[in-house]
Amino acid sequence: MGKRLVKVYPRFERLWHWTQVLLIMVLMFTGLRVSGVHTLIPFGPAVMLHTLAALALLVVWIFATFWLFTTGVWRQFLPKVEGMLATARYYAFGIFKGEEPPYKKQYWRKHNPLQAATYFGLKWFVFPAIWVSGIIYLSYNFWDSGSDSTVVLEVVRNIHLLAAYVVMAFVIAHVYLLTTGHGFREHVKPMVTGYEEIDLTPEQEAYFEANTPDRLKPLEPAE
Amino acid sequence: MHARRHFAALASIAIGLTAFPAFAQESAAPMVPGSGSTADHSKFEILQKQFTSGPEVTEACLSCHTEADDQVMHSIHFEWEFENGATGQVLGKSKVINAFCGNVAGNEPRCTSCHAGYGWDDMASPPPQQSSAVDCLVCHDQSGQYAKLATGAGHPPLGEVPGEPVKGQTITGEPAWAVDLMKSAQSVGMPTRDNCGQCHFYGGGGDNVKHGDLSSALYDPDIHTDVHMSKDGANMVCSDCHTEDSHNWAGSRYLLDAKDEIGLGHPGEERFTASCESCHSTAPHEGSLMSIKLNDHTDKVACQTCHIPEFARGGVATKTWWDWSTAGRLNEVGQPIAEHNFTQSDGKELHTYLSTKGDFDWGENVTPYYAWFNGAVEYTLPEEEIDPSQVVEINKVLGTPDGDDSRIWPFKRMEGRQSYDAGNNKLAYSHVWGPTTDTAFWTNFDWGKAIEAGMKAAGSEYSGEYGFIDTYMYWPITHMVAPASEAMDCVECHAEDGRLVGLAGVVMPGTNPNSIVGRLGQILVLLTALGVIGHGALRLIAGKKGGHS
Repeated sequence: MGKRLVKVYPRFERLWHWTQVLLIMVLMFTGLRVSGVHTLIPFGPAVMLHTLAALALLVVWIFATFWLFTTGVWRQFLPKVEGMLATARYYAFGIFKGEEPPYKKQYWRKHNPLQAATYFGLKWFVFPAIWVSGIIYLSYNFWDSGSDSTVVLEVVRNIHLLAAYVVMAFVIAHVYLLTTGHGFREHVKPMVTGYEEIDLTPEQEAYFEANTPDRLKPLEPAE
Repeated sequence: MHARRHFAALASIAIGLTAFPAFAQESAAPMVPGSGSTADHSKFEILQKQFTSGPEVTEACLSCHTEADDQVMHSIHFEWEFENGATGQVLGKSKVINAFCGNVAGNEPRCTSCHAGYGWDDMASPPPQQSSAVDCLVCHDQSGQYAKLATGAGHPPLGEVPGEPVKGQTITGEPAWAVDLMKSAQSVGMPTRDNCGQCHFYGGGGDNVKHGDLSSALYDPDIHTDVHMSKDGANMVCSDCHTEDSHNWAGSRYLLDAKDEIGLGHPGEERFTASCESCHSTAPHEGSLMSIKLNDHTDKVACQTCHIPEFARGGVATKTWWDWSTAGRLNEVGQPIAEHNFTQSDGKELHTYLSTKGDFDWGENVTPYYAWFNGAVEYTLPEEEIDPSQVVEINKVLGTPDGDDSRIWPFKRMEGRQSYDAGNNKLAYSHVWGPTTDTAFWTNFDWGKAIEAGMKAAGSEYSGEYGFIDTYMYWPITHMVAPASEAMDCVECHAEDGRLVGLAGVVMPGTNPNSIVGRLGQILVLLTALGVIGHGALRLIAGKKGGHS
C-alpha cells in the first residue's frame, strides 16, 4: 500500500473539462444577456455568441460521450447510495471539526458518493434538458406550425432558463468545494497536470507498473 | 486538369472586368429610338394641336387606347369606393370620415381636385360617367408641368399663355400656372414618382400631413430615407411595387397583404401584390448564422417593423395631432390667425394653429405605434353609433395576437379631436370649404352652421347638437424603408422597455428577466451562493480547512 502520483485525468478528459469551462462561462454570460439580466454587450452579438458556443459545446459533448462509453469511464459517474450519508454528514458537520473525509479517492472511483450523484443528475437530467431545449429553441423555424407553436416555445424557453440557472448553481458549488480539503490549488492541479496522489494497493501498483507505466509518475530517486 | 480550371476561372474574371467598361460605353452611345416604348407620342398627329381642356386630351388618348377609360373608371382612383371583402364594409374616399379634413361630401371641388377624373362636383352622385371624364395626364404626363387646380374638381389650371401664372393654387399648394396640354399629351409615358406623388404625398391638405411615410422627400430621397426609391439605391418608382393590371393597382390601405406567405411564387409567376415578400421572398435574410435567426422573425413580425425604424424621415414632418375643437379663434378685428411654432429640420416653420383648422402637433423621425395586423381595416362609419366618453377609433386595424393571419406592424397613430353629432352619437360631417357659402367653416368660423350644412350635403340625419371627441386613426407604415444596415437594432424590442412591450402572443427574450421561472432560477443561484458563503464562514470560524489536516 503506497501513495503514488497516478494520471487520473488523461489529456482528453482535461481538454474536455477546460473547454467545457470556457464554453459554459461564455454561455452563462451571453445567456444572462439574452434573458435581459445584464446589458454589458449588445443583444444581437450575444445571441450569436451563445449559439456558436452552444454548438461547440454540443460537439465537445458528442466526443466526450463517445469517449466515456468506449473507455468505460462512464462507470465513474454511476451513483451509489453506499457512503452517501457519511459524506453528507461530513460536509454538514465533520468538516468544521477538522475530521478526515470519510472517502478516499480511488483510481476507479474518482468521485465521492455525493459527487457521483451530482454528476449523475447533471449528466442525465440537467444537461439533456438544457441542450434538448436549446436545440428546439434554436430550430424554431423548422418545426414552427403557426400560433400553437408560441406556447410550445414559451415552455421550451422556460425549461432552458431553469436548467441554465441550475447549471449556474452547480458551478458555484463546484468551485467552492475546490477550496475544501487540501485547498483550491491542490484540487485544481490534477485537472491541469493530470496527476493526482492516489492510495494504491501493492497489487494495483504492480499492475500499473507492468501494464500502463505511463499512468504512474516514476518515484523520485531516494535522496 | 486543375491548371486548366484555374485558367478558366481567371479568364472569366478577366472577361467580367473588361465587360463593365464595355457596357458603360454602350450606354453612352445614342439612344435606341423609342427606347422603353415602341411609340413616340410627339409624332401622333392627333396630339399636335392646341387642346383647350383636359377632357379634350382624354378623347384624343381614347382614340387609340380604346379600353383605358373603362378600366380607369373601374379603379379605386376613379370610383373612390372600395368594398372590403374582409369586413363587408363599403369604404373609399366617397364613404368614410377621416381624422383629417373629415369628409368629401359638401367640400367637393376642393377635395375632388385630386380625383383621377374631371368634374366630380357632387358626392351625392357617382363620378361623371362620360369617357372623357377620365384624367389620363395626371398619371401619364412626363413633361413635368401638368398639374391639377386645388379647387377645380380635378381640372388643370389653364390660361392664354402656357407656363404663365394663373389664379389659384395647384393641389400641392404651389401658385398655379397655365398648363400646356399639348406638351403634356405628347410627353406621356409610364407613371413616375412625380405623377403619384402630387396627390399621394399631399394627402390631408399638405406635404406628408396624412400618411407619415409618403412625402415630397420621396421625389428624390437620399438612401437613408428610402433605399428603394433613392437614386443611390434601387431607384424604383411607385409602380415597381404597386403592380398593375388593367389600371388596377396592387396595394391598399383598407385591405392589404399583411402576411404574404407565397413570397416569390413560382418562377415567372406574376404576383399581384405590393408585399415586400413578393420580391424579397419569405426568407429574405441570407448569408450568416444571424440571418437564420432573423428569418425566425418573419412569421410574427412584418418586414416594415424592423426596416422602417422611424417614419417622416428625409426632412418632411407629418401631423401627429389635430385638434379641430379649437378652430375658429379670431383676432381682435375678426380676422383668422395663424401660429407657426414647429421648425422642421430644413428650417421651415410649420403652422401649429390655424383659425380654419385648429391646433396641430408635428413630428419628424417618428417612432411608430405597433399592433397585430391581418391587413384588414375596419372603419367607424358615419352611420355607426360611437361612445363619446371614450377615444373613438376612426379606423381599427384588425388582427389577433399571434393570429396565424397576423403580424406585428408599424403604424402612424394619428391623434386628435373632431366634431360629432352629440344628439345621435355619430361622427359629424362638416362643410369646411366653400368660399361663397355662408355656412362653410373656413369662411364663416361657425361650427353649428358648418356641421348642419355638412350633414345635409351627406344626406345624414342631424340632431342639431354637436360636440368634440378624442380620436385615433391608424395608418400602416410601409414606405421609407431604410438600408439594411440601418434597420432597427435587436435591443429596440428585446429589452424591458422595448418597443413591443404590452403586445401579447410572442416569445421575446430580454423583455422580462424577472419572469417567474427567471426569478426561481435566480433564487436557486442566490441560495447556493449563500449556502457556500455560510459553509465557508463556518469553516473559517472553526479554524479548520477541513480534512487532511
